[in-house]
Amino acid sequence: MAEKIGVYICHCGTNIGKTVDCKAVAEYACLLPNVVVARDYQYTCSDPGQEMIKNDIRELGLTRVVVASCSPLMHEPTFRRAVEGAGLNPFLFQMANIREQCSWITEDRELATARAKVIVSAAVMRVNFNEPLQVQKVPVNPNVLIVGGGITGIEAALQIADSGKKVYLVEKEATIGGFMARFDKTFPTLDCAACILTPKMVSVGQHPNIELLSYSDVTDFSGYVGNFTARIRRRPRYVDEDKCTGCGQCEQKCPLSVPSEFECGLGKRKAIYRPFPQAVPSTPVIDREHCLCFTKGVCKVCQKFCPRGAIDFEQEEKYVDVQVGSVILATGFDLFDASRIKEYGYGRLPNVITSLEFERLTHASGPTAGKILLRNGKPPESVAIVHCVGSRDLNYNEYCSRVCCMYSLKTAHLVHEKTEAKVYEFYIDMRAFGKGYEEFYKRLLHEDVTFIRGRVAEVTDVPQNLSEKGKLIVVAEDTLLGIVRRVPVDLVVLSVGLEPRRDVVQVAHTFRISRSKDGFFLEKHPKLAPVSTAGDGIFIAGSCQGPKDIPDSVAQGAAAAANVLSLVDRREVELEPTIALIHEESCSGCKICIGLCPYNAISFDEAGKRAVIATALCKGCGVCVAACPSGAIEQQNFTGRQLLAEVEAICAQ
Amino acid sequence: MVIEMTERFEPKIVGFLCKWCAYTGADLAGTSRIKYPPNVYPIRVNCSGRVDPTLVLKALSTGADGVLIAGCHPGDCHYTNGNVKTIRRFMVLQKMLDQFGIERERVRLEWVSASEGERYARIVESMTEEIRALGPLNWKAKLEVAA
Amino acid sequence: MTKPKFAFNWASSCGGCEIAIFELGTKLVDVANKIDIVFWPAVFDYKYSDLEAMPDKSIDVAFFNGAIQNSENEHVAKLLRAKSKMLVAFGACAYCGGIPALANTTNRDQIFASSYLETATTDNTEKVFPQSNVQVAEGELTIPEFYNTVKTLDQTVDVDYYVPGCPPVGEQVSKVINQFVEGGLPSRGAVLGASEKSLCHECKRVKTDRKITKIVRTYQTIQDPEKCLLEQGIICMGPATRGGCGSICLDANMPCRGCYGPLPNVIDQGGKMLSALSSVFDADTEEDIQKLADSVVDPIGTFYRFSLARSLMRRTRP
Repeated sequence: MAEKIGVYICHCGTNIGKTVDCKAVAEYACLLPNVVVARDYQYTCSDPGQEMIKNDIRELGLTRVVVASCSPLMHEPTFRRAVEGAGLNPFLFQMANIREQCSWITEDRELATARAKVIVSAAVMRVNFNEPLQVQKVPVNPNVLIVGGGITGIEAALQIADSGKKVYLVEKEATIGGFMARFDKTFPTLDCAACILTPKMVSVGQHPNIELLSYSDVTDFSGYVGNFTARIRRRPRYVDEDKCTGCGQCEQKCPLSVPSEFECGLGKRKAIYRPFPQAVPSTPVIDREHCLCFTKGVCKVCQKFCPRGAIDFEQEEKYVDVQVGSVILATGFDLFDASRIKEYGYGRLPNVITSLEFERLTHASGPTAGKILLRNGKPPESVAIVHCVGSRDLNYNEYCSRVCCMYSLKTAHLVHEKTEAKVYEFYIDMRAFGKGYEEFYKRLLHEDVTFIRGRVAEVTDVPQNLSEKGKLIVVAEDTLLGIVRRVPVDLVVLSVGLEPRRDVVQVAHTFRISRSKDGFFLEKHPKLAPVSTAGDGIFIAGSCQGPKDIPDSVAQGAAAAANVLSLVDRREVELEPTIALIHEESCSGCKICIGLCPYNAISFDEAGKRAVIATALCKGCGVCVAACPSGAIEQQNFTGRQLLAEVEAICAQ
Repeated sequence: MVIEMTERFEPKIVGFLCKWCAYTGADLAGTSRIKYPPNVYPIRVNCSGRVDPTLVLKALSTGADGVLIAGCHPGDCHYTNGNVKTIRRFMVLQKMLDQFGIERERVRLEWVSASEGERYARIVESMTEEIRALGPLNWKAKLEVAA
Repeated sequence: MTKPKFAFNWASSCGGCEIAIFELGTKLVDVANKIDIVFWPAVFDYKYSDLEAMPDKSIDVAFFNGAIQNSENEHVAKLLRAKSKMLVAFGACAYCGGIPALANTTNRDQIFASSYLETATTDNTEKVFPQSNVQVAEGELTIPEFYNTVKTLDQTVDVDYYVPGCPPVGEQVSKVINQFVEGGLPSRGAVLGASEKSLCHECKRVKTDRKITKIVRTYQTIQDPEKCLLEQGIICMGPATRGGCGSICLDANMPCRGCYGPLPNVIDQGGKMLSALSSVFDADTEEDIQKLADSVVDPIGTFYRFSLARSLMRRTRP
């Protein structure tokens, strides 16, 4: 019996209607085989639009529906629900994209209309072969994995843990806190970063629902929404976390000092160390690359003095598998490597420092006890702050790093507060977009900072006259005055931009998510779904999604938590049934498919001499379907017959 | 099929786009209102690894002037390595198409990520112009002529 | 009871399908007793005029082997279609084009040049080629027109059943003939005398790890007679070819060449084999994959050896 197809051509206002002659396409659709009704409508996704389709299904006995409108990635779920509401299986519906891939790509009305007709006929021919399918419902594991223990991860972890759900918080470093733990004051309120961060860190450390896995990373990740398995590698601290009380004796007694990463190399730490005093967990870690026991087989003083016997040089790395229903990636950012810009002299000129190094200088517990000092120990008489280092730059990163203008203003303020130095700020634009930001900028304008509008061309120590001798000369075009200026200063602070983390590719591969053009993780939709990804159950938050300040990071952390809780409270999710099925009568047992499945979903039944697919493991990629030389495997909703119908329809015109 | 000399030849290219990367990238091109030649007709699949070479042959033999297969960059495949299987099939298919006398410009395998709308548009543009210069394939008509 | 009337015809073929009938051996006598052969030019002296004189639909079953390569083949195919109740495409050539269909990788002019001019032992200094019409003193001589493109039987006339194989193996032939005599035919359009599954199903060799690390010709390697040939680097068309032949080639240590044609759910045998073979290449980088791909020296000749006429593309670009 022939199918009865209803076809609906959407104008989408002028989005489609301006370029595609929707009436003509509907008239054309009427003539296609098995089409019993074809209508054009302004906004098919609207309530009346959906009602119109439902009415036709009921009154005309439609067995298949095609809607030609926006991308299926946009409204396929909407129309599937509508169709289901009228009693028709949602998979007997096919969408034709005549917007994103038709009306929006050309201004030629004739070409666009002709193209729309072809696209519609392909969908109509295909839908004849659509079969009714049932979605698979799977339960959602309420446990949550959060990767990254910076402020974003901490926020998300606390929100979720407070609601009663279990959180595995994995952090690569020996302590949580991320970059924020290294900041001194935060804009625009000049809150002390540690004061607002450390209480949250303590909450995380003490929360009964949060299992903190620090000094760890995720090496393997598999499964599907609601049912993920993550393999976590616990790197050896060589200190037993359960025994250690954080008394700090070991750190005191250790004879070896090495440059501290936390202090950007400006200060020292011991070979057995905690990154900073308020570290959570407070268990120290032994740096085996420097520790005398590991390198020379001597010392072991820490072990001698530890009152709890917590030092364990034999500790090995461990792997832990956890089962979770959802994941939040809050892996943060890395700073632009200023040494790439040779003209700025970072790494060569000793008093050219980065903004993070400045944070450590001005920090009360930093290497200079909060005093801003040059390398020779003296305070600077003049300081230059250089904006947009590595950002807004075709040679490095095109994008704006969003936070640098504000933290540069803060830097200027702190210099004023702590020294008598003259401050020069070299900016291109002043981006003070947030709550209280413009007011903070105004404040700085009154603080006697000299703002020079121009991108710095060079920082040099080669003087051109006596007044430049012994100074760092910042060379920049002052675009407002229209002249090139040479400004001699003692200290140059480079406001470096934010970049994706160095291991972002590896992490993206592990969790199988995409990245944007600039390398940060790709959100599902920039406006409407900024913390979701294309992978269901996998969320991103904070600066791993794009440069952002602390308020926005916290907001995203909370948003991701809300998304997760929504998923968990739903208790079950529906999976797309586009899985592969083997037709037993046709399978010849050639075994070509067995090794092709990336999820090992295909096994061989020796007795029956045929391949068998475990439907729970099949993700529906279709690789086995294309490879089967007998044509014995079919992919639901993407059968050979359906795809051939699309090809035939397109080529027949 | 007669083509009038005054009418410009519009290549008809069948495109197999994977939904995670290429199809999303193509959507992005449209959302960003990038204008490019409307000559590639998209067929959405879950993974470029679903593309059976038989489908390519079907397209070429029934009226397509070219076929584009677009998937995720190697290493980025949502299904781990579906695109590796695509490369394997494509390279042997290319050799066979050489034997059939089909120019290499007509069947292409490209990688387009979900954020590469501009790239997709440029690929379609270059492919369309190359095939326009080669002329229609018209395989069915050729078979009749060669009888 | 009248015996059913059978006809056998050969078109562009090697004669092997006629031998296939003789392969029945002593059973041939039984068969001959059950049927009434009214046309068999290969064996008895029948003329086309005999065929033309028969009333339409007077023949019960016509077994037609050989591909359609010239106007004579086409003429007789059409005649037999008109004169027969059931027309059976017998053998790989009639079903898929067979070896003659490899002519679809070239054209008539090239074939004539090769055959009548370029071969080393040919002496044709006057460059004489066959013509369809020649005037001689006695009148006009005609020979069939040679076509550029080889076609299958069903691309020429309507076909009722197919019997694959190059040639179909004796046991199957005997079964098929019995089906026509005694009854029990499936619905029209079916493939007879063959399995619905691929050769792999009946091949006795052991299949383990489907990973192709190299591709070699049969003479380039010392075979392990128990192991699957694909795993030893020899391209075997078995996975994409219908079984039913008893895997006799494999038992003789030769790979399947695909003569039984495509499987029921497949629209293009060569395309499917290409997909299956390349999918299991043990290579992940473009460079490694290209090396393996380059060692498939003649894709059309390998994947479409017997089925080029039945393929989607049918022939190379003319």
